[in-house]
Amino acid sequence: MVDTLERTTAHEDDHGHGGHEEHHGPGGLLNWLTTTDHKVIGMNYTVTSVVMLLIGGAFAMLIRAQLTVPDGAVVSLSKYNELFTMHGSVMIYLFAGPFAFGGLANYMVPIQIGAPDMAFPRLNAFSYWLYLTGSITMLLGFLTASGAANFGWVGYAPLSNAINSPGAGADLWIGALILTGFSAIFTGVNLVATIFYLRAPGMTMFRMPIFTWNMLVTGILILLAFPVLTAGLVMLYADRHFGTHIYDANGGGSPVLWQHIFWFWGHPEVYILALPFFGMVTEIIPVFSRKPLFGYKGMVFATISIAALSTGVWAHHMFTTGVVLLPFFSFMTYLISIPTGMKFFNWIGSMWGGQVRYTAAMLFAIGFLLTFLVGGITGILLASPPLDFFTHDTYFVVAHFHSVVMALVLGAMAGIYYWYPKMTGRFLNERLGKLQFWLLFLGSMVFVMPGYVLGLQGMPRRMAVYIIDPTWQNLNIVSSIGGFMIGISTLIFAVNVISTIKAPKTAGPNPWDAHTLEWFTTSPPPHHNFYSLPNIKSERPTWDYFHPDAPALVHDDHDPSHVPGGAKVDAK
Amino acid sequence: MKAEARLLIFLGVFIGIMGIVYGIWSKEWGGTAMLIGTCILGIFPGLYYRWWSKRMGERPEDRDATVEEGAGRIDTFPGSSIWPFTLGMGCWLLVLSLVFGTWFAVIGLPVVMFALAGGTAESRRGGDPVGH
Repeated sequence: MVDTLERTTAHEDDHGHGGHEEHHGPGGLLNWLTTTDHKVIGMNYTVTSVVMLLIGGAFAMLIRAQLTVPDGAVVSLSKYNELFTMHGSVMIYLFAGPFAFGGLANYMVPIQIGAPDMAFPRLNAFSYWLYLTGSITMLLGFLTASGAANFGWVGYAPLSNAINSPGAGADLWIGALILTGFSAIFTGVNLVATIFYLRAPGMTMFRMPIFTWNMLVTGILILLAFPVLTAGLVMLYADRHFGTHIYDANGGGSPVLWQHIFWFWGHPEVYILALPFFGMVTEIIPVFSRKPLFGYKGMVFATISIAALSTGVWAHHMFTTGVVLLPFFSFMTYLISIPTGMKFFNWIGSMWGGQVRYTAAMLFAIGFLLTFLVGGITGILLASPPLDFFTHDTYFVVAHFHSVVMALVLGAMAGIYYWYPKMTGRFLNERLGKLQFWLLFLGSMVFVMPGYVLGLQGMPRRMAVYIIDPTWQNLNIVSSIGGFMIGISTLIFAVNVISTIKAPKTAGPNPWDAHTLEWFTTSPPPHHNFYSLPNIKSERPTWDYFHPDAPALVHDDHDPSHVPGGAKVDAK
Repeated sequence: MKAEARLLIFLGVFIGIMGIVYGIWSKEWGGTAMLIGTCILGIFPGLYYRWWSKRMGERPEDRDATVEEGAGRIDTFPGSSIWPFTLGMGCWLLVLSLVFGTWFAVIGLPVVMFALAGGTAESRRGGDPVGH
């Protein structure tokens, strides 16, 4: 079976019959194993990563159950170490990243730029198989006699060396990260090549949807960051098994080197996780405010500057090691708040004066803004070394990054509710969606807020038991209630998805009256995505096509009527 | 192609300046080496794209263009392929051999070689040369 990737020759006028014949590939299981279609692979990624979210969430429920009493006995002390390690590892390595750049981006980016597929379809399939096998490898640790990895998701040396962490679990963790690391690198290559080479005619860089822009920058960040992690892991494996002393102070190595390498990947990784969700929210807010995005170019430059700055802040995770340059990293970290604040300004500006429709997707997007604001502001507090020395390794830090990642979960849900009609042709139930939103949003707040107080009172993280103190216990119970609310909201989401699997396909091509190209094609899109394409004159080609009498947005530098300093609206 | 090249060169130059400042100020060589490496990772492909942007001029996707201008064949690929799956399974066996013993590699390595050969032969066969 051979496919010729072809740009459509059909213009918008003969909508519905372009030059594409039906795709005749193998069916059933063989189709799943042999597919090179970015939509099928994107779906595979999405489903696998949501399963990982459920697994990681189940670990979180056990952790929160353990902490409701000071001397909890839900799990043993050593099992608790495995649980928090695997909770962090599954959520960071196997859910948040792959969901965004493997799942939704894989599905949406080629369609948003009018491409028939990803640039390297077989590499795309290969990266999915590396991701799936990597995920299985990491979880296999629970089946080994010595249990899963138990040194925290950061795997600090010397705790992760062969003496302190013997057993197969740690090696499986390293192997899993090597597999998923390569999977991420290949996806990054694919995203960058697709966006550079397969855009539709007229789709200049500054007409690409912001989600695509964010995925391009994410792809570049993946290429900058992930090779460092993989190299670090290979050296860790060599230390454990081949007798090298790279991270071993006794042999002349440096344990802090592991932290440098890990966080040189780890901080860009924070933005590899966050940027895709920024992008999703940026797509959703203007559509449901019935306005163009406020400050398109500002949004693009903010994304690029976040990426540039994110490579220079890694050691703010290492302030308490005492061997890093505090003023440099503190200053660089403060700088990142400027482009991020600019994004907030633009999101609010996009809603300002619009006709806001509070659909489930929009509610999740607004919930993302509020939750991310909490995480972002406490992040600025932590960038100050005196405060970081005081709160390092306490629940304050845990609450900070859980505010951030709960915001990402809200963003992920916004993306799912927004694009589910495109991916399946069916709507998710809006009422269940709103119920899920309130449980998830309020649950996140109830879950993180006690953590800030606990952290300031000195409760250390990664502890299965804590001192018997009524205040601490009450705060932990409140936090656990929030955690269980999040758990219930996830069950509602599962019910919502399952109940729509057999529903009729009523969505139509453009149910939200949206702006970008993916809403021009059918839902779900055909093989090679488009029967026809509109002419692309702005960053809102679908809107322009369906609303020909609306005033056109002009952003183009080549346009003689362009006025420097922002968008210009002129009548057609 | 110009905007693409500028993006990468900007990232490379910015990170390079950051690396020099950091290196001189901190005298910590691990981070400096990683920053300079990252700078090169931005500048090298950026210059390559810049060179290409001069050679190929403006493509339809770099300017105002109609759909018809960009129509035509992009490339030919296998519409479905078993080799990514085979290669993935081979790589998995290789990684498991790091944990459970070399005998996994005895199976894994041939699978990887087989998949690489199969995948390469598949793309050499390509599709129908005249297009359709």
